[in-house]
Amino acid sequence: MEAFVLHTGFAVPLDRANVDTDQIIPKQYLKSIKRTGFGDYLFDSWRFLDSGEIGMTPNERRINRDFVLNEAKYQGASILLARDNFACGSSREHAVWALQEYGFKVVIAPSFADIFYTNCFKNGLLPVSLSEQEVDALFVCAKQDKRIEVDLEKQCVSVEDQSEFYTFEIAENLKKKMLSGMDDIALTLSQSELIERFEAMHRENQPWLFRE
Amino acid sequence: MNRTLYDKIWDSHFVGTRSDGNSLLYIDLQLLHEVTSPQAFEGLQMAKRPLWRVGANLATPDHNVPTESRELGMAGIKDLISLEQVETLNENCKNFNVQQFDILDKRQGIVHVVGPEQGATMPGMTIVCGDSHTSTHGAFASLAQGIGTSEVEHVMATQCLVQNKAKNFEVRVDGLLEEGVFAKDVALAIIGALGTAGATGHTIEYRGDAISALSMEGRMTLCNMSIEAGARAGLVAVDDCTLEYVRGRPFAPKGELWLRALESWKDLYSDDGAHFDNTLSLQAGNIEPQVTWGTSPEMVCGITSSVPDPMAISDPVVSESTRLALGYMGLEAGTPITDIELDQIFIGSCTNARIEDLRVAAHVVSGKSVAKKIKRALVVPGSGLVKQQAEEEGLAKIFVDAGFEWRAAGCSMCLGMNPDQLGEKEHCASTSNRNFEGRQGHKGRTHLVSPAMAAAAAVAGRFVDVRSFF
Ligand code: SF4
Repeated sequence: MEAFVLHTGFAVPLDRANVDTDQIIPKQYLKSIKRTGFGDYLFDSWRFLDSGEIGMTPNERRINRDFVLNEAKYQGASILLARDNFACGSSREHAVWALQEYGFKVVIAPSFADIFYTNCFKNGLLPVSLSEQEVDALFVCAKQDKRIEVDLEKQCVSVEDQSEFYTFEIAENLKKKMLSGMDDIALTLSQSELIERFEAMHRENQPWLFRE
Repeated sequence: MNRTLYDKIWDSHFVGTRSDGNSLLYIDLQLLHEVTSPQAFEGLQMAKRPLWRVGANLATPDHNVPTESRELGMAGIKDLISLEQVETLNENCKNFNVQQFDILDKRQGIVHVVGPEQGATMPGMTIVCGDSHTSTHGAFASLAQGIGTSEVEHVMATQCLVQNKAKNFEVRVDGLLEEGVFAKDVALAIIGALGTAGATGHTIEYRGDAISALSMEGRMTLCNMSIEAGARAGLVAVDDCTLEYVRGRPFAPKGELWLRALESWKDLYSDDGAHFDNTLSLQAGNIEPQVTWGTSPEMVCGITSSVPDPMAISDPVVSESTRLALGYMGLEAGTPITDIELDQIFIGSCTNARIEDLRVAAHVVSGKSVAKKIKRALVVPGSGLVKQQAEEEGLAKIFVDAGFEWRAAGCSMCLGMNPDQLGEKEHCASTSNRNFEGRQGHKGRTHLVSPAMAAAAAVAGRFVDVRSFF
C-alpha cells in the first residue's frame, strides 16, 4: 500500500446522504476476480444512462450529463465531498478500489459506514470526517474551483486563498499506518508468537472450535 | 466488572496489542464465498503465505450461482464471468485445502444459511466473512462481522482481525408481537427508528421478551439486518432455544465435548448492570407489518400508513432524499401502501430463506393462487438442505400449485448477480434486506417485507395487511 502524507487537489461535491456501496460499484462488476478494472464503473448507474456490463468502456456508454462527476469543471478532481453515512451497505472493498482507480485520494464527509472506513485504510484512500457545517463550507469551495489541501500529519484540511482551516480526528494507530503505508499482514506476522500463544490456550479451553 | 455479551466475547478473543497500537482479535471461523475471496487468495499466493489455520475456513458459492438447471452443475452457469469466479473458488479451495460445499453439494447455499445449519456457527465464537450480512450469526451469541477483502486476506494469513473495540448498543423489544407480525417487521421497525447509520460504531445486542420469544430463525433474521442500522454486528444472548438448535448438527461437539461446551456457553449474556452506550426501546405490540417505500431500508412504514410527502419534512437533507427516492420508485406522496401494485415477488435471501420462513409463506398461499398480474413469483430456498426439507414437508408443492417458481439455493434476486433480476421500473415485494437503487436489477424497485407479507402480496397483486390471514 502507498503511504499517504499530504494531498492537494480539486474536489467534486456529491450532494446525497446515505450513498451506498451498490451505487459506488454495482454488483455486475463484482464478478471480476481482480483488484483492478473498476474505475470505469464508479457510480455506474448515476454516471451512465444505459445499464453497463463488465468490459464496456466509458466511450461506448450513454453519459448522464446531469450527474456531477460528469461536469466538465470537475474532471480531474481527486477529492470526493460527500454527505452523511457515506458508503453504507455491502462490505465490498471494490468500492474503495473503484474510487481510487477513478482518481480519488481523499473522501470528505460528515460520517462514513464502518466497513468502508476500515477498507479505506487497507488501501491508502483517506476518509476524513468533518462536521456538517465544515463539509457545507467545502461544498461551496469545490463549486468555486478552489484547491483543497489535506494534511494527514497535521490532521488539517485547508483551502487555497483562505486562512480558515478545519482539523479532523483520526485514531492514532490508523494515522500511523496510513503515514507509513506498511503491510498489515507482515506487521501482524512479526508478532506471530503472540498469536500462537493465544491459540494454544484457546484450543485448550474450547477444543470443539478446532476440528482439524 | 459487569460486562456486556459483546465485552465478554471480545475479552475471550483478545490476542494482544500489535506494535502499532492496534488490537488483534482471534477469529474462530472464516466463511468464504466466490465474490470477495479471489483477490484475497491471490494476495496470499503472491506473497507465498499459507493459510494460518486451514480448518478455520469454510466455503460455498452463493452469489453467482444460477437457481435453475442446478443438475448441470458448473455447466449451468451461462455467464462466463460468473463461471470464472465460481471456478476460481473451486481452484482456491482445492489448492489451499479448504472445505467447500460446491455447486453440486446438497449442503451448498447462502453462506449465512449454511453456517448455522451445519453447526459451524456456535455460541461464543468470533466469525468473519467478506459479506456485510455476516451479522446474521450473532443470533447464536457469536461475534460475527462482515469484513473487506483485505481483511479476509489478513484473517487467512494470521487468524486475526485488526480492530478497535466498538461501543455497546442495547435494542430492547418488550411485549408480544401480534399474529402476522414477524422478526423481519421488528428488524425494519428498528431500522426505521434508528436510521441506517444509527448504530454505526456499535455492536447491537437485542434484548427483551419479544426477542427471547423468537425462534433461532427469527433471531437470525433480526441480527442479519443489524448492518442496515450501521452496526457491524448484532447479538442475542444464549438460551435453551440456542442450545437446542445447535445440538446434534454436523459441526457441533458431541458427547463429553458437548457437555464442556455447554458449560463454557452458559454465561454468554450481558451481566446485570453492564454498561450500554446507547439504548433504543420498542414495544412489540406497536409494531405493524412493515413495508419499505424508498431506496434505503430506513425508508419504511407500517402497512396501514401511506407514502410520506417530502414537502412535509422539515430537515432539508431528509426531504431531498425522500424526493429522490420517490422519483426512483415512481411513487406519489400520500399513496396508501396497500395501493402499491406489484410485478414480481421474491421470497429468498440470507434474511428470510430458512425453513420457518418458507413454512409461513406457504401457510399464507396455501390453496390460493398468485395474482394474474404478477409476472413472476420466485421462491429460492437458502440452502440445498432447506430445499430438500421444504420438498419433504410438501411446501414446495404448495408454492408450485399456487403459481410460484421453485428454485435451487443461492442469493438469486437479492442482488441479481445471477440471471434472476428485476426489469426496469418493476415493483417487487422482496424478503431480502436491501432496497438500494438497482440492487435487484437496473432501475428495479424493491419493497422489503416479511415472507408472510410477500406471500400475501403475491396473492393480491399488491400489498395487503397479512394480519388478516392469521
Ligand atoms: S442473500 Fe443477499 S444479502 Fe445475503 S449474502 Fe446473498 S447477496 Fe448478500
